[in-house]
Amino acid sequence: MLDRREFVARLLKDRGDLMVLTGLGTATFDVAAQGDNPLNFYIWSGMGCTAMVGLGLALARPDRRVAVITGDGDVLMALGSLATIASKQPNNLSIVCIDNAVYAATGMQPTATGAGCDLAATARACGFKQVVAPTDIAEADTLRPLLHSGQGPVFMHVRVGTQKHKRIIPTRDGYGMKHRFLEASGKKAMI
Amino acid sequence: MAHAQDHVSSGASASHDDWPDRIHAVFKKFNVRQIGHVPDTGHTRLIALCARDNEIKDVVLTSEAEGPGLVLGATLGGERAALLMQSSGVGNCINTFSVLQNCAAPCVLIVTMRGEFNDFNPWQRPMGKMTEEALKLCGFHVYRVDEEKDVEPVVSAACDMAFGGNFQVAVLLSQRMINRMPGAH
Repeated sequence: MLDRREFVARLLKDRGDLMVLTGLGTATFDVAAQGDNPLNFYIWSGMGCTAMVGLGLALARPDRRVAVITGDGDVLMALGSLATIASKQPNNLSIVCIDNAVYAATGMQPTATGAGCDLAATARACGFKQVVAPTDIAEADTLRPLLHSGQGPVFMHVRVGTQKHKRIIPTRDGYGMKHRFLEASGKKAMI
Repeated sequence: MAHAQDHVSSGASASHDDWPDRIHAVFKKFNVRQIGHVPDTGHTRLIALCARDNEIKDVVLTSEAEGPGLVLGATLGGERAALLMQSSGVGNCINTFSVLQNCAAPCVLIVTMRGEFNDFNPWQRPMGKMTEEALKLCGFHVYRVDEEKDVEPVVSAACDMAFGGNFQVAVLLSQRMINRMPGAH
């Protein structure tokens, strides 16, 4: 099984000005472990909303690339948002779903993906332009360009193992993150 | 969007039933660029006006719960956003509204009320009854509009407060007022 932290590390290599949003759960720790970045936005509440934050941002910034990196629990909580996103066909948005088939942050309780729900098939059925499901760690390198220049919306379904990693807890100051994100992306704090 | 266009072209001319046009004009004045919505009969014309407006990106949501995420994303991209839903949808958003408070993301929410006056479906009453209190608990400043003449000044004040101070502001449109719309039940 793929190692989530290694996969995320290789996927975010040379990320440039990629905007990265992370959902509640271990995906936030995986991204934070690669080093904090003002173009990271970690979402700490409203589980299920991460993909939609990605849509709002992708629509507002068609000149930039947006990657949502989140877990299967977050995606499952708002499966309908995959249909919403596909209906708008945002060319610049990628959803990277790190699927370990459990709620790792709360005690490894099984999610629906472990019982057979196939999120890649779901995304494809909803109308995502490109759906990929890497099974080899080297694919983190070959699929990386999808995040930067692929025709979206892209759904990357990454089935991973349940290896334990250190919890890297980044800032939880939403107000501060908003301001640094806007500043780093060339927008005024007051819109 | 042929369906939406039909609603626009056959809609109101002026006077008492053109309040959706006035809300749309306020959105334009405040440079609102994204609208997330789940339909309601009372929102039909406003949704159609936004859908045919090339400067507004309208997003049909599968659940109102998706709306606050969209608004936060728009905010991070430097755009202003508003949400349209009926009162039952407010209940679907309670948890996701939290991201707006946590990040001081400005949000204008226009709610058409159900279950309060002449609603053909009495099961709308429980959520309709708790809508205003629920919104307040979620951190919203709440205005209520009972007369169509108040629509423009109140929505304008809501936009001014939300976008001026990064607050979340809701405008509840009374069902009695909406029922005067042609075609509304």
